Amino acid sequence: MPIKISKETADEQFRQKVKEISGEDFQKCYQCGTCSGSCPMADQITVLPRRVMALLQLGRKDALEEANTHWVCASCHMCMVRCPRGIDITRVMESLRQLKLRKNEDIINPSEISKEDTEKLPQVAMVSGFRKLTS
Amino acid sequence: MKISYYPGCTLKTKAKNLESSALACLDALGVEYEELPRWNCCGAVYSLSDDDLIHLIAPVRDLIRVQEQGFDTVLTLCSMCYNTLARANELMKNDEVKRGTINDFMDEEPDYKGEIKVVHFLDFIRDEIGWDKLKASVKNSLNGMKLAPYYGCTLLRPGDVSIDKSNSPVVFEECMEALGAEIVKFPKAIECCGSYQVLGNPEAALKVSNDIITDATAHGAEAMALTCPLCDYNLGHRQEEMLKKYKGTKALPMFYFTQLMAVALGVDPENYNLDLNQNISQEFLKGKNLLEKVTT
Ligand code: SF4
Ligand code: SF4
Ligand code: SF4
Ligand code: SF4
Repeated sequence: MPIKISKETADEQFRQKVKEISGEDFQKCYQCGTCSGSCPMADQITVLPRRVMALLQLGRKDALEEANTHWVCASCHMCMVRCPRGIDITRVMESLRQLKLRKNEDIINPSEISKEDTEKLPQVAMVSGFRKLTS
Repeated sequence: MKISYYPGCTLKTKAKNLESSALACLDALGVEYEELPRWNCCGAVYSLSDDDLIHLIAPVRDLIRVQEQGFDTVLTLCSMCYNTLARANELMKNDEVKRGTINDFMDEEPDYKGEIKVVHFLDFIRDEIGWDKLKASVKNSLNGMKLAPYYGCTLLRPGDVSIDKSNSPVVFEECMEALGAEIVKFPKAIECCGSYQVLGNPEAALKVSNDIITDATAHGAEAMALTCPLCDYNLGHRQEEMLKKYKGTKALPMFYFTQLMAVALGVDPENYNLDLNQNISQEFLKGKNLLEKVTT
């Protein structure tokens, strides 16, 4: 899929927001792909981390909103420890999640978890899952 | 030296086997500890947003409780608690501005500057007991057990809170080796089990967990040692689902490393709480004659 570049598609406000929430400078990314190669969730993710960085650099909010990356990311920090540019990609993913969650776009609904599952799941799964996937 | 012990919520419920075995080991090794009074859930995941400090209140409050308790070290068992408390502590130590905001917000509490040391059971044993003493305390060697220690993510990443070298850790292997186990090294030992995605994307989590188990068995593992109740859920409790879905996956008994340590140190089997593991785990120890040894 080619990435379209134009003034119209670049959302500067979105770029600034991601920088502000994550505290990370994704402009530093030189597209080596180490993050994508390290991601355990790679085959479930529609836009791999390297491409997320490219789309951010281009301010492509529209393309990133369609991606499932931030919802499938498990915050494992593997990309972060391996990035040669020292970018904390996990924080960038978190900011994309937060931008959705802060608009009340949740990915799971705690009340829909079956009784059977709530009896089996350890607390740590529910606390972390609710923190990451609900607003 | 006496230390504070932070259990976390899962260890009081679904992961009692992690707590009871670990505490019995501390007793056997002569470590003095006291459970943190009035601890609260740490929140399980560290806040990764620059503008979100409210989620740091819970872990920082726990650290303040430790200070009030009069200890300088707090011991954790669950890897997720370790990570959350250790990262909150690093922030309070190093980020003057955020520290100021958090301390101001909690004006009913004394100011906190990151003075407490947050440790995990593994690095605590390495640094304060040492492998030689641990080895000398073994009563029932795990000799002949082909064991794959699985770190997961939160003990090793990010680097500033890693209990060992992030990319090539040895602490877990050294610990289990001291107990007599034959160590099976496998590349996926430091990869993620899917974590909280068990809620959002259970199939994706199952797949990565299956990859970890297949990698370990391909390298010759006959059992796996864990440090985290979420890993235990993803890798252990969901194994039945895995075996149904993925042909060629072999069942692998799971243990908290502290359960195996408790077996090796010969503590009262009542503390293993093996009924909270899957059946194959108990069967496996029986097959190795490690359950009988203690009781006779
Ligand atoms: S590893 Fe770092 S530099 Fe390389 S593509 Fe990923 S974000 Fe960019
Ligand atoms: S933190 Fe998220 S994006 Fe990075 S490697 Fe892990 S799962 Fe992939
Ligand atoms: S990490 Fe989990 S188990 Fe540990 S205290 Fe926090 S929520 Fe509870
Ligand atoms: S291995 Fe799994 S549960 Fe354990 S720390 Fe990583 S993601 Fe968490």
